Amino acid sequence: MEEYAIYTEGLARDYDGVRAVDGIDLSVSEGEIYAFLGPNGAGKTTLVRMLTTLLMPTEGRATVAGHDIVSESREVRLLIGAALQDASLDNKQTGRELIKLQGRLYGLSGKQIDMRIKALEPLMDIGPAIDRLIGGYSGGMKRRLDLATALVHNPKVLFLDEPTTGLDPVGRARVWEEVKNINKDLGVTIFLTTHYLEEADSLAQRVGIINLGKLVAEGTPVELKRTIGTDIIVATIEGDSEIAARELRTVSQVEQVDIYDDILSIGVTNGVAAMSDVALALSRTGARVKELTLRTPTLDDVFLQATGARLDDESSGVLSLDGQGGP
Amino acid sequence: MMNHPVCSPWMDKGDHRQMATLADPSTQIRARKAGFVNEVAAVARRALRSTKRDTESVIPALIIPVFFFIVNVGALQDLAETLPDLDYKAFQLPVAIIFAVTGISRAVTLVLDIQSGYFDRLSLTPVNRLALLFGLMVADFVLVVALTLPVVALGFIVGVRFESGAVGIIVFILISGVWGLVYTGFPYAIAFKTGNPAAVNTSFLLFFPFAFLTTAFLPKDAMTGWLSAVATYNPVTYLLEALRSLLMVGWDPEALLKGLAAVLGVGVVSMTLALIALRGRTLRR
Repeated sequence: MEEYAIYTEGLARDYDGVRAVDGIDLSVSEGEIYAFLGPNGAGKTTLVRMLTTLLMPTEGRATVAGHDIVSESREVRLLIGAALQDASLDNKQTGRELIKLQGRLYGLSGKQIDMRIKALEPLMDIGPAIDRLIGGYSGGMKRRLDLATALVHNPKVLFLDEPTTGLDPVGRARVWEEVKNINKDLGVTIFLTTHYLEEADSLAQRVGIINLGKLVAEGTPVELKRTIGTDIIVATIEGDSEIAARELRTVSQVEQVDIYDDILSIGVTNGVAAMSDVALALSRTGARVKELTLRTPTLDDVFLQATGARLDDESSGVLSLDGQGGP
Repeated sequence: MMNHPVCSPWMDKGDHRQMATLADPSTQIRARKAGFVNEVAAVARRALRSTKRDTESVIPALIIPVFFFIVNVGALQDLAETLPDLDYKAFQLPVAIIFAVTGISRAVTLVLDIQSGYFDRLSLTPVNRLALLFGLMVADFVLVVALTLPVVALGFIVGVRFESGAVGIIVFILISGVWGLVYTGFPYAIAFKTGNPAAVNTSFLLFFPFAFLTTAFLPKDAMTGWLSAVATYNPVTYLLEALRSLLMVGWDPEALLKGLAAVLGVGVVSMTLALIALRGRTLRR
């Protein structure tokens, strides 16, 4: 267990009798980037707040950087850094003052803090604004300052709770680059939560999918996508979906068929070769095919398979294909 | 491990000495516990900086006591000085001081920190939770002492003199400061408990019975009925008498001890409430 940067065993948390995180078992190795993917309200932030010692678990146990989050919380806090949701900074301090205060609370000397500010300047990339009040910073500047502040004491484990929410695509790509650099250059273990599929796919060595407080799937992005099949044909039809699915299952290359109202998600071994057979099978049932597309699996497909709902990448909510709506 | 140079547009092109890497020697720096005194000092410095940038919140604390001093003296001096040996300006100066220092705290800022998540950021550090409160209180003490100075100066301008001399002035300011400090326990308790700025502002209401059901306007001997009885049990009565003794009597150990005991009593209550509320806020429930 001690070789893991993060280890949890049946970690759970209730709020007023409602279970927000439900028996999470995790093991994140040192130097790994692990992404927790899930919609808003899935329990991602609650899990991060427990792992960063801001919240007590209701059940289960966890160690971070080798220390128990309940009985050794102060030791945990010495070894972790965290940038929580919505860059929580003090608008009435300058960027430099904020980092200095943070450094002081981590026991760094004035000289050490100055060295760290110098080293973190490129990451912050705010130039002379470091000596201006944070209240005047843009959202991107605040995010980068927040990230730098979390790194001032050289943490072994870095928690990033939705680090790119609210950023434009350029800002998002830039944060991804920084996260990769921090991991690669410093060997920092990074645990990030996100509801952006692309973010998890691009950054993480392993991804955990959380829904309704439970870990419903886990693995490398490639492994997770492999669980879906080699390719996916998505058919939107007018007609009886059940009959169409039965007919599709008779096609030799079809491995799996999932029905979401009038949309059929068809897992096949070789999409190009199977396309015509799928189209013929659908026409035999009398269904009118409105759209037929072939694509490789995404983490969204993994999410769909694990939860029965799709992650809506833009709005961060969950779109249910069965008309029930997401949690 | 690779060094990954990161260039900033703010750096001079070609100045490679200014190019930093994330994997530079400063990465050998590791966090350690800062020690309680250092933590309190760091939190207090931030609070004082923030006070300096938020002077509009301090100005009323100067206007209100000056206003009450002028109005009370203007309205009641002639009547009050019919009592033998009463210098009403000296009698009123401690009231002005108490108005200046009571309820001055960074509790509203603390609430804003809680609401913005900055309090969580501070809580993520290994800082002792008590330092997060005591740091603010140290800053409050500095501020309330600073607030007493112009009021004392006003007293001098209108002719009030200290019978206890220069040392008496220092003791007068310190007792006032300690009172201001112990009173901050109430707004901090409300801040930690509620996380609501409006609720924190109501903490000043607590001061009205403290301030007015006392010897704020007349000496206790001149009071009668229920108000006299209430004033007898009001700790501010003894605080005012201690401060007045330094102005009007000289060194009166009994008055000073009673005053300090009253401040201590209020402090025990307010600090207990603040510490319970702090514990509740940081208990991670």
